[in-house]
Amino acid sequence: MIIQETLTPEEIEEIDHEIALVPYRKAACIEALKIVQHHRGWISDESLQSIADHLEMSVEELDSVATFYNLVFRKPVGRNVILLCDSISCYVMGYEKIYAQIRDRLHISFGETTPDGRFTLLPNACLGTCDHAPALMINNELYRDLTEDRLDEILNGYH
Amino acid sequence: METPLTQHISSDRPPYNLRDYEKVGGYQALRKALTTMTPAEVTKLVQESDLKGRGGAGFNTGMKWSFVPMTDGTPIKYLIANADEMEPGTFKDRMLMEGNPHQFIEGMIISAYAIQANISYIFLRWAYKKAGRLLLHAMEEAYAAGYLGKNILGIGYNLEMHLHTGVGRYICGEETALLNALEGKRATPRTKPPFPQVSGLFGKPTIVNNVETFCNIPHIIQNGAQWFKDLSKGSDAGTKIYGISGRVKKPGLWELPMGVTMRELIEVHGGGMANGYEFRGALPGGASTDFLVKEHLDVKLDFKSVAAAGSRLGTGTMIILDDHTCPVGFVHNLEHFFAQESCGWCTPCREGLPWTEKTLLSIERGEGRPEDLDLLDMHTKYLGPGNTFCALAPGAMEPLQSALKYFREDFEMHITQKKCPWR
Repeated sequence: MIIQETLTPEEIEEIDHEIALVPYRKAACIEALKIVQHHRGWISDESLQSIADHLEMSVEELDSVATFYNLVFRKPVGRNVILLCDSISCYVMGYEKIYAQIRDRLHISFGETTPDGRFTLLPNACLGTCDHAPALMINNELYRDLTEDRLDEILNGYH
Repeated sequence: METPLTQHISSDRPPYNLRDYEKVGGYQALRKALTTMTPAEVTKLVQESDLKGRGGAGFNTGMKWSFVPMTDGTPIKYLIANADEMEPGTFKDRMLMEGNPHQFIEGMIISAYAIQANISYIFLRWAYKKAGRLLLHAMEEAYAAGYLGKNILGIGYNLEMHLHTGVGRYICGEETALLNALEGKRATPRTKPPFPQVSGLFGKPTIVNNVETFCNIPHIIQNGAQWFKDLSKGSDAGTKIYGISGRVKKPGLWELPMGVTMRELIEVHGGGMANGYEFRGALPGGASTDFLVKEHLDVKLDFKSVAAAGSRLGTGTMIILDDHTCPVGFVHNLEHFFAQESCGWCTPCREGLPWTEKTLLSIERGEGRPEDLDLLDMHTKYLGPGNTFCALAPGAMEPLQSALKYFREDFEMHITQKKCPWR
């Protein structure tokens, strides 16, 4: 794996746009993490250092922010990230069956990535579509009213 | 029956663009407020309407605004929409934003005018991709029409609006934690006082309101305080977006007069329980509210009546516990969520919630001991109100303490039978 160390001109341009909207540089750090993750898929130690340098903050402080939020990835993830809702309405409506089926098909549990890098599976707090539970998101797409029949078809759409 | 918030929302078509929204009277309330009313008159009208915050706490919105210092010496003020909607079982703000983004934006602009804020943020949860796209488009239209930006409607009032998408933590929905998240920090709650109305985002006076709260504002401006109060059947004013998830025939969302009974909501609007399922209880307003049970079916769902019944209206979106679902498993799922989402700042919350979760899990697996129930009772006290900076831990204890009260025999069965009777 090649790890990009310095920020690209495109990343710097996007981060500087966010810095202009806030009173001091490090206030843009969450946006900067989102931008770099958007380009690189995750936040490596090297990326973290580059962002911290650009925002003139310590890498420790930035890491304390990066590790606080659920959707900043400090480890590499697969090409597609499955976020399966495990909150209460989906519990009542049977998300556990969907989880069992994903484990059966992809041989991964929560927090794991398939060896071919196709999927990472993560639990997710309530997706806010509780009248159509159970639900999951893959990348930016929301799937709801999940059934075991539909799940295979959905997974087959991602490569 | 009047349904001001949802009258122009239809799931069969995309939301109205700016021109269509204007055709049905959109932005007329903004025009009325900015060109015929002073900021103080707007605040007074909203206060008189008795609109209470729809995010869960139920505080009088106009009164909250009235705490913002309006002297000339504090020029920078912020207005923030809390669109983080992460309370499990809650999905109403998604519908309002996806269904009519202009109504929400108009409400925000009027509210910002009332406190004379010149910068506003929508703090949107990451998962709401569609709402984010629709809001960005609606904001662009509002800028182009002169409803946002410099010199709005020619009265010399300026307002910028930005969309900030969160990166996922329940605690971001807590008002002061949200401010820290917007400042690029860990989203830990702040000590109050000072209250955000005086010292909020970047230390400046700040108002944070829920999406549904903002959506009510244009209608109150257009129709007045008395009209708003008359919409209600209960002791609180207005309509409310109610919802049901779980084993009913028709889960969904409905705009109904404030104070509809739980029975009507479930039986008439939700179509009753799904075939083969019996009602055992419900969390009336999201994961952090106490269970109500059969004896409460005739309770009116307004802030005061639900409080009198021992729970909270919260977000007004109800989660049903049916007779095929294990109450211990149900509560374990909730406490797992709260333990995971604790920001870790206060010891009772950081340590007590994982302890609670593990105890519930051992009971659910048939490994519980009789004294575990005393341990859980103890936690409901030590994690209750007054021991933590914010309401996360006390909120987490609400479903637990009421489950221990109403479903105690189910907990005991797990312990005596050494297994979950539902599995």
